[in-house]
Amino acid sequence: MSGIGSAGRLPVTVIGGYLGTGKTTLVNRLLRAADGRRLAVLVNDFGTTPIDRDLIVSSSGDTLEISGGCICCSYGSDLMDTLMALPGQRPDIERVVLETSGVALPGMVASAVTLLPAYRIDGIVVMVDAETVRQQADDAYIGDTITRQLAAADLLIANRCDLVDEMSLQATLAWLALHNPTARILPATRAEIAADLLLGVRDGAAPRLSTSLTTPGAPDAATLYESLALDVPDDLDATELGRRLSAAGTGVLRAKGILTQAGNQVALHVVGQRFEIDAAPPGAVSGKLVVIGLRARLDREAVSRALQPSLSTSLRRA
Amino acid sequence: MTLSPITIFRARRILTMNPARPEATHVAVREGRILGAGPLEELAGWGIYALDDRFADKVLMPGFVEGHSHAAEGTFWRYTYLGRFDRMDPEGKVWPGAQSIEDVVKSLQQAERKLASPTEALAGWGLDPIYYGDRRVSRADFDQVSTTRAIGVMHASGHILNVNTRALELAGLLRQGVNHPGIPLGTDGLPTGELKGPEAMTIVGAHVGFDREALANDEEGLRRFAKLCVRQGVTTATDLANLLPDDAVSMMVRVTGEAGYPVRIVSFRRFQALTPEQVVDIAVKLKAKSTDRLRLGAIKLFVDGSIQGFSARLRWPGYYNGAPNGLWYTPPEAIAGLYRLALQKGVLVHSHTNGDQATEMALDCLEGALLDQPARDHRFTLQHCQLADAAQFRRMARLGMCANLFPNHHFYWGDQHYETTVGPERAMRMNACATALASGVPLAIHSDAPVTPLGPLFTAWCAVNRRTASGRTLGTSEAISVPDALRTITLGAAWTLRLDGEVGSIECGKRADFAVLEDDPLEIAPDKLKDVRIWGTVQGGRPFPANGV
Repeated sequence: MSGIGSAGRLPVTVIGGYLGTGKTTLVNRLLRAADGRRLAVLVNDFGTTPIDRDLIVSSSGDTLEISGGCICCSYGSDLMDTLMALPGQRPDIERVVLETSGVALPGMVASAVTLLPAYRIDGIVVMVDAETVRQQADDAYIGDTITRQLAAADLLIANRCDLVDEMSLQATLAWLALHNPTARILPATRAEIAADLLLGVRDGAAPRLSTSLTTPGAPDAATLYESLALDVPDDLDATELGRRLSAAGTGVLRAKGILTQAGNQVALHVVGQRFEIDAAPPGAVSGKLVVIGLRARLDREAVSRALQPSLSTSLRRA
Repeated sequence: MTLSPITIFRARRILTMNPARPEATHVAVREGRILGAGPLEELAGWGIYALDDRFADKVLMPGFVEGHSHAAEGTFWRYTYLGRFDRMDPEGKVWPGAQSIEDVVKSLQQAERKLASPTEALAGWGLDPIYYGDRRVSRADFDQVSTTRAIGVMHASGHILNVNTRALELAGLLRQGVNHPGIPLGTDGLPTGELKGPEAMTIVGAHVGFDREALANDEEGLRRFAKLCVRQGVTTATDLANLLPDDAVSMMVRVTGEAGYPVRIVSFRRFQALTPEQVVDIAVKLKAKSTDRLRLGAIKLFVDGSIQGFSARLRWPGYYNGAPNGLWYTPPEAIAGLYRLALQKGVLVHSHTNGDQATEMALDCLEGALLDQPARDHRFTLQHCQLADAAQFRRMARLGMCANLFPNHHFYWGDQHYETTVGPERAMRMNACATALASGVPLAIHSDAPVTPLGPLFTAWCAVNRRTASGRTLGTSEAISVPDALRTITLGAAWTLRLDGEVGSIECGKRADFAVLEDDPLEIAPDKLKDVRIWGTVQGGRPFPANGV
């Protein structure tokens, strides 16, 4: 993956999932935690996705102005028209979050979005109901829709974990991994997911780590995640570091580091099992790495091992 | 009190659809309604009358009711017609069918010469390349017409758009790396110009002149649609999936209310991106705006997609060519919720189901809703319902569900269904009109204009003959008789719209709506039913000759 050629395109995060999986709660959370990002959140309809009243500054027709500079638009039958008109209407928008309808296939929606030169897909997030997803997947009518939805995900959110016991949660997580071996799977309750984990999933842009996450060990609202702020040897090979952090078993969900490679500053982005290396934003400070993972699943040992000089580098030095 | 004047029309034969008096020679009309049909001496008893002889050599039937069409048929005639078969436009001109892709290109070249500006877009419709062998239409074909203006041609099915290079360029799609299942790429890695599915079509559609806003609120289109109705003997026509924004409703009320507007339009509010509560509330409010010639307040729901687009939901074993199952357009929970609430509020719902799994789900949802909200006479209708099997028709009968089947599909896509989409056995039983009638399911049949041409007698011919474009006959056991077919395009369709007490037969008290025919559909050979010549209509007692609209 590379950010080359995608510069200037608005990143789009597609949020899919069947009815009742918590998409509306998630959308409201994202708007609430936008933290200065100017998001355009596109929903099928305000009736099916009610936006919390206290977030709404004003409304006109199909668009709500949200406090903090975000907007929320309902696209109804005209998703493509809405997307085509958006950059002209709101040039200040930095990022789009697109909530699909409950029976839509997010992979198909994402592939339609890529037809528009103004956009690129940042990630496909699919929500499932941890309590009912396996039963739904067996349903004669919607079963294949559910499995096609989750197979398209970069990030699967197993929501409503509070409704299931530990054993069936583990079974469901394993079942999800079977249906989409490459997606990262996040258990959640009441859609409590840090915005940093959702936005920038395939993104070359700098992830914005919220204060709570840049403080080592500080829990986020859900106490589900922990983050580590680490110093990186400045000359560590970025590709090698990316490979190590994205390897299975590290528990790393997101990581961002700034390193100097052959005299040039680069930014390393790790998203689950993918990583990419990009030019660093101007003014970045080298030698810093932030790692986020699920609390109790983040393998601190593996992370520190990843920061050791690699074998190949040592050999080259010798 | 002075009574309004009475007109008694004399006809060669009047087929009333009233079983108590199936035939008559005269029909008396007052205030746009029927006083009675019978011999002159009986009708004279109503009082002083004027005898109108203009139909003395014509056959009158109840005005045809098109239970599934779209007023967009009127809109499409602003574009160049490029279909495989001859088709009559609203002004009565017959546009010849294109026999080859070369013919299509020639027609576009002719239309292109009439455009003044070198950059003005050119749009066509009705293209059906399955008749031209294996070769796909590509942008190179339309580049022969112009490389400076965007050109786009909609397929007959409405699911595919073919464009030229300039149109791709304007839409930003003339580039490497396009990765979308609906956009095939050529050996050069660039899109070939074929765009399948609503998203791909929308992006380019605006550049070639398919302007969605114009389509949504097109006054001229509504007038043209009415002209087509008159030419086909239609006096009541559905506009089956409209979002009905306020400005469109105002326009429709005004236009249909004009003294010379010849059709009753039944416009359904499309259920999309709303909660059941919202749409039912909208429908109830719309109903209050109804007039005699604009009926509002019913809801149209899409359960799945189309068979030839492989987006219909099929039960096991699925598509004959192994294509993956289609798409749900509305979740079952929303359908069940809508049915329940609509039953409670007395709002009519028609549901688009093409595949048999979609039909099954709609039946499950209705069955559940009826347990919560018993309703004896809901008239909920499955539209298309093309693949329903005998068990499903029996179930529909038990649940009071009506069917509006799509026999025109046999003619236009029957060969494709036989060879590719559903295979021989299901292609033979598709649109099982005979099974529906035998099961006691209230039956209508339709054109889905502009997908196929508006023309109830042609649709009746399809239901009677079940012939494909190549001449294959698909399932004679599902063919119905001419009298049954005539009933479905009058009373049958009226029933599904809850209008059977007002229209659909010629008898005392009903609207004076007649199809005026030059030939007698009961005398002409059944395989010539589509060739019955149509003089025009009488709507609300007002004669509308086809050659005068």
